[in-house]
Amino acid sequence: MVSLYFRATHRRGAARNGRQISQVTGQKGGTRTSSAAFCFGGPVGRRTPLFELHQELGARIVDFGGWDMPVQYASQIGEHHAVRRAAGIFDVSHMCAVDLKGLRVRQFLQHLLANDVAKLKVPGKALYSCMLNEAGGVLDDLIVYFLNESAFRLVVNAGTRDKDLAWIRSIGQQFDVQATERTDLAILAIQGPEARAKTAALLSASGANAAMALGPFFGRDIDGWFVARTGYTGEDGFEVMLPASDAVRVWRELNAAGVVSCGLGARDTLRLEAGMNLYGNDMDETTHPFESGLAWTVAMQPGERRFIGREALEKVLANTAAPPRQLVGLVLEDRGVLRSHQKVVPAGETTSGTFSPTLERSIALARVPAGAVQQVQVDIRGKLLNARVVKPPFVRFGKAMI
Amino acid sequence: MSNVPPDLQYTKTHEWVRTLPDGTVEIGITDHAQHALGDLVFVEVPEAGRAVALGEPCAVVESVKAASDVYSPVAGEITLGNPLLAGEPEAVNNDPYGKGWLMRLHPTKGAASADLMPADKYQTLLQTEGG
Repeated sequence: MVSLYFRATHRRGAARNGRQISQVTGQKGGTRTSSAAFCFGGPVGRRTPLFELHQELGARIVDFGGWDMPVQYASQIGEHHAVRRAAGIFDVSHMCAVDLKGLRVRQFLQHLLANDVAKLKVPGKALYSCMLNEAGGVLDDLIVYFLNESAFRLVVNAGTRDKDLAWIRSIGQQFDVQATERTDLAILAIQGPEARAKTAALLSASGANAAMALGPFFGRDIDGWFVARTGYTGEDGFEVMLPASDAVRVWRELNAAGVVSCGLGARDTLRLEAGMNLYGNDMDETTHPFESGLAWTVAMQPGERRFIGREALEKVLANTAAPPRQLVGLVLEDRGVLRSHQKVVPAGETTSGTFSPTLERSIALARVPAGAVQQVQVDIRGKLLNARVVKPPFVRFGKAMI
Repeated sequence: MSNVPPDLQYTKTHEWVRTLPDGTVEIGITDHAQHALGDLVFVEVPEAGRAVALGEPCAVVESVKAASDVYSPVAGEITLGNPLLAGEPEAVNNDPYGKGWLMRLHPTKGAASADLMPADKYQTLLQTEGG
């Protein structure tokens, strides 16, 4: 049994096949496995403050964008359902919090990001944005938090963090903005309908009240943690940045409260059901936001804001010669499992695909020519299978949306 | 850790082979393999009558995150793909040596077969791999 591939991955960029899995099943090297997706042995990856705990809890560890991360504990599907129905906890400390300080930090971010931080009027408010190159390609997607007029915080992807930091610092110089990588913090995502209450129970009485009062896409310092009502699952919940030395204790306390340990495998099925893009799969430097389902994150108004990539995007909008493309959702109507890089007929390609535990059928995101199409076929191992075109999300707050 | 029944033969690529009384062989994937793949959600088995060569990919097992080909450890003609697995792929997880068998085939007389090993040798292989 060979050719196990592990291509569709998570928020943090393209993962390679995990060492442990490839030892189990990768003896011959499969014909369907690209060399990039298949990694034998190799050096030890970077590790989060929770690495030993993951091992103790029986997680299967895989290489993910250079990090040794838990892909699942007991059952990936069980972990997925725990988040949809109750609460789960993810270690996302491989993501990178970057603190930006400077008197012109807001002006800097209005230049750096495709979304407009002018929308951030209240301290604590967060914004999702792409960071583009001059060609309009997506360097990364990130969340930016407005702390105060001279301090903002970014959370960027693990697979791109080194490249991002270099880019942010080079542009930041022009604005006298200092960027500090917060390697002293661990990041936990606690997600699911019961996640907020279970997390708040670990805080002081006043802290719990403050946490429960946070509106969607708001974050603030509470009892020495930065608690944000954000996530990547389509459920309510928190992402908590806390001192690395607290992380193991907090994880155990949440486990004791019934919050299920969840790996990056469940994180990927949850985000795809939620219709959320994965950097490196669904968009990258070669694609622009308009063909990645991310037009809503690009603030073309006001017209005088000259953010990086703007000119390229204006050309895209003005260019009627090049046929535009769009990112759509697919639901497989035949039996099988959609994966990334499968050919769509009449035209296009899947960018992420998986089995949806909630819908009990396979779903995907696919980049196809713009225009209304309701039905396509996908080439899976030489067979053309029928898929319905839908508008993501597939699932939100535990309910099927398609 | 892994269940390795003593009465079967194994490949180094984690298939098992059982010789049935009528001379046909039954093929599946091992407990170790199903555990490594995780929750299976789709299994494609070959149709009866198909001739398969030694080492030919003839079945696919897919978990939520991963797809894996199953290569035939024996040359022959498929007599039956397990019909249960279309509706119940998790049978491979729950009962890899029983209800979760993948296919049966009639071996070609005199054809070479893969290097099959007895249970104790497969157990040693798993230990070497850290499984």
